[in-house]
Amino acid sequence: MAMNAQGRPTRAEVTQAAAAQRAPTTFTGNRALQIEESLIFEKDAFDKTGVDLPEPKGTSRLGAHARDGAIGLPGLSEPETMRHFVRLSQKNYAIDMGPFPLGSCTMKHNPRLNEKMARLPGFADIHPLQPQSTVQGALALIHELAEWLIALTGMPAVAMSPKAGAHGELCGMMAIKAALEARGEAQTRKRVLAPESAHGTNPATAAQCGFRVDSIPADRSGRVDLAALKEKLGPDVAAIMVTNPNTCGLFERDVMAIAEAVHEAGGYFYCDGANFNAIAGKVRPGDLGVDAMHINLHKTFSTPHGGGGPGSGPVVLSEALAPFAPVPYVVKENGGYHLVETRRAAEAEGEGHAGGRLTAFHGQMGMFVRALSYMLSHGLDGIRQAAEDAVLNANYVLARLKTEMTPAFEGYCMHEALFDDRFMKGTGVETIDFAKAMIDEGYHPMTTYFPLVVRGAMLIEPTESESRQELDLFCDALLSIARRAKAGDPALKSAPHHAPRRRLDETAAARAPILRWTAPDRE
Amino acid sequence: MRYLPLTAADRRAMMDVIGVREVDDLFRDVPAAALNPKIDLPLHKSELEVERILSAMAAKNRAAGAGPFFVGCGAYRHHVPATVDHIIQRSEFLTAYTPYQPEIAQGTLQYLFEFQTQVAALTGMEVANASMYDGSTACAEAVLMAGRVTKRDRVVLSGGLHPHYAAVARTNLDLVGAKVAAVPLDPGGTENLAALIDANTSCVVVQNPDVFGNLRDLSPLAAACREKGALLIAVVTEAVSLGAVRSPGEMGADIVAGEGQSIGNALNFGGPYVGLFATRQKYVRQMPGRLCGQTVDADGKRGFVLTLSTREQHIRRDKATSNICTNSGLCALAFTVHMTLLGEKGLRRVAMLSHEAACKTADALAKVPGVKIETETFFNEFTIRLPTNASEVVNALAAKGVLAGVPGGRLWPHDPSTHDLLVVAATEMTTDQDIAAVARALEEVL
Amino acid sequence: MTVRYTKDHEWVRMEGDVAVVGITKHAAEQLGDVVFVELPETGRAFGQGDDMAVVESVKAASDVYAPIAGEIVDVNQAIVDEPAKVNEDPEGAAWFVKMKPADASALDSLMDEAAYKKLLENA
Repeated sequence: MAMNAQGRPTRAEVTQAAAAQRAPTTFTGNRALQIEESLIFEKDAFDKTGVDLPEPKGTSRLGAHARDGAIGLPGLSEPETMRHFVRLSQKNYAIDMGPFPLGSCTMKHNPRLNEKMARLPGFADIHPLQPQSTVQGALALIHELAEWLIALTGMPAVAMSPKAGAHGELCGMMAIKAALEARGEAQTRKRVLAPESAHGTNPATAAQCGFRVDSIPADRSGRVDLAALKEKLGPDVAAIMVTNPNTCGLFERDVMAIAEAVHEAGGYFYCDGANFNAIAGKVRPGDLGVDAMHINLHKTFSTPHGGGGPGSGPVVLSEALAPFAPVPYVVKENGGYHLVETRRAAEAEGEGHAGGRLTAFHGQMGMFVRALSYMLSHGLDGIRQAAEDAVLNANYVLARLKTEMTPAFEGYCMHEALFDDRFMKGTGVETIDFAKAMIDEGYHPMTTYFPLVVRGAMLIEPTESESRQELDLFCDALLSIARRAKAGDPALKSAPHHAPRRRLDETAAARAPILRWTAPDRE
Repeated sequence: MRYLPLTAADRRAMMDVIGVREVDDLFRDVPAAALNPKIDLPLHKSELEVERILSAMAAKNRAAGAGPFFVGCGAYRHHVPATVDHIIQRSEFLTAYTPYQPEIAQGTLQYLFEFQTQVAALTGMEVANASMYDGSTACAEAVLMAGRVTKRDRVVLSGGLHPHYAAVARTNLDLVGAKVAAVPLDPGGTENLAALIDANTSCVVVQNPDVFGNLRDLSPLAAACREKGALLIAVVTEAVSLGAVRSPGEMGADIVAGEGQSIGNALNFGGPYVGLFATRQKYVRQMPGRLCGQTVDADGKRGFVLTLSTREQHIRRDKATSNICTNSGLCALAFTVHMTLLGEKGLRRVAMLSHEAACKTADALAKVPGVKIETETFFNEFTIRLPTNASEVVNALAAKGVLAGVPGGRLWPHDPSTHDLLVVAATEMTTDQDIAAVARALEEVL
Repeated sequence: MTVRYTKDHEWVRMEGDVAVVGITKHAAEQLGDVVFVELPETGRAFGQGDDMAVVESVKAASDVYAPIAGEIVDVNQAIVDEPAKVNEDPEGAAWFVKMKPADASALDSLMDEAAYKKLLENA
């Protein structure tokens, strides 16, 4: 018999010696698909470039303005660049990999059609200051998206330019301030009420507008205490800022009574629309007495989060506040569209007291295209179904987890389920340990320690993008962690064990901040 | 619906586990009158249908690449390598959240650290943050920060500052009741801002190159600011310029607020863009926005985390340095990938090619009868004076397929003294044919 | 001289005619690892309850209030340079400021140790 090859093992050898040899450290520090990657500044590449460009002719009229001396920017060839960033990407968790149940953040599927549409040259390759006759399609798109937002919220107007949710809050609170000024009450109405459970942006925004923030307590059911709110109302109240559904994942049952009480006291109702995804297509804020509400397009309408932005935060406004919208805005007339770009132009158009400008150009056009693509794809029926599925999924998680974990409040939730840490009391295991153990199980942790009003809060928002099978495995995994926590499993305290990094020393980072790379010889 | 995984059977089974008969039982806290209103919107559509609708809208816009293009004033059309768009579309970057769980977000955190380092080097400053919404909001935040640092409330905005940046700053200053000194428009770049600094001035805001394209030496103004205890805020709307002209840090700026769009990012009709924000180490705790810092993990390995977040709204609430809750992550990534490909060598080259294209354009336009070049020293953008209304000229040229620049009337509609001005920008994308075409078309129109 | 406490977890102790002020052990534990301290300039005067200093951990930031009215005569630069000291010895070496009280008898209105302990137990 002629043998032209040598046999070799084709299955794992199960010997005692092999079993004892587990996960040896490697020479490189790499762990198979997990590859350690240095900073671009550490690759000895200060004299390289990854682009081919013609040699400049050498004519310069910059004179004394010319930059001399090294800037300190390394350049990598294309393969090195690709490898660098692909290796970095593999240290990130992402929705496309698995459940990302960050409460209040709405990590839902990001359809790639939206990315493709945003990259059409007719949207991506147009300049904000081109003649308006050359961008009629873009203006039409902004107008169309505005119409969808108006229809879904039941509000009469929308300001499109805010760049993110918090920017939208600023826009809405500015409109409230301007409306009070027009009423001659800006000096007397300086107080803004917000629940203790509010997003931090609410008090920060109110303060940025020169208001004083006064907190209103929650009742035992996790909602605004209407009686306590009424006591706090007075002739010095400018507005109330309420998130609905609120940050505990609950619908504010008394929302209409809240609106009525605030309006009766002469104040405005700002609604934080961060959780609009739970009710889109099901409930219109305009029917609840809201005066202003921002909509996070990157949450409800799935323009991607992109690792922390860019966002987009259009603000819908009531009749009372619509005249105080910022410039620019799109107007449709005679079958065409045009932009009103300055306050004086707005006043000339009879638009009353248009607010000032919030950003250099017209808002997050790239996000507008994605959001409209999402809306057209879903349609009203899909948007409503998405809200229902999001609420159903959250309640399913709530129902399955409450056997081992402690819900913060009784009853059903909206799009997110909130738990506290009572079920781990006395075990030494804390919310952070639970969260880090989820990382080892292949999940992104839920939102932890928010809202601040719940001890050791764990806020789980599964979104409508999860299948039942995925949710079942997720719940089984969390139940197993809960049981380990109750048993005081010490491994939880040092989790994660399998992530690209173990727990990081945030204390050291904050005590002696290192915010940029510096060449070793300069240290 | 293709984006929703649950089937009717799934929903039924899940409702049974929850113990409700129908999904609206879960919405029982909603006032009955407000639940399920009639809304007049179309139903769901296939991918193909959506593509048709949006492509038709896109087709009604004249893309910059469709012909000669000279529009700038805060947004610039540079070449973006294919690698950039590929990387920012990777799932792990595109569909990640803010890196609040650093153990599984080192990818985002490391590029933010690299971004901060690149921005600091480029601007010549000690530290930079992880980006802002855009240049104009970065500028407004810089002005507010100067108020916190100096505890003064009067601001001097240069007459060469982009009018939309000035408007955004005013909007934010109005909210806190700060005063803005009246400075006349300065097309020639010759204003004397040092004379306007008084004991109550928190900062002077100057753009370089300014909105008309003039290059300015900020050093004397920086000295005047230092002497009077005010901060100098330098605004850069064309980041590529920093590959060729002296950095604000070198000239003594205290804060740099910039627009990073022109590196790695498309024009996008004005957004999303990426705001650059850099300052001196000693002001770090007064900075707005996110910061990424280096540290070690439990095994002693280097890693990165978001840090100094006690400045931010989620902890400091009404006492935060800013209400900002996001950065411009993906655009910052595009900036960093493009800058990594360029390196110092490539950046200098793009900058000089842009400068040379602008010089050529200016020379060509100077030969057109009736055209006067107003800007003496410029980088890649300059202003010309026309014998007639520039908006009308721009529209006439657009009809000929040439986008010639930004007319004064677009930026200062209420200031007729600018209405014969046209701001013209060029980049490495500008070809000799483009330059010949704009000169020829302009001659025909005038 | 006895130590007095506020409900906001500051302590104050008279040394001669100067009041030494800091934050309590309980406050330091609640904050976690202290990473930053900001102290007022000497010579500044504060009313009782005014924001006087800032103390920060990684996840929390807190204002420190003046427990009594008075003028700052000295600040503890050591805790600015090494914030970790606040966790090590909050009621001793890691004092925050020394003040000249506007009215030394104001201390009498504050809690004594027993009352403060009771406050913590009931919290």
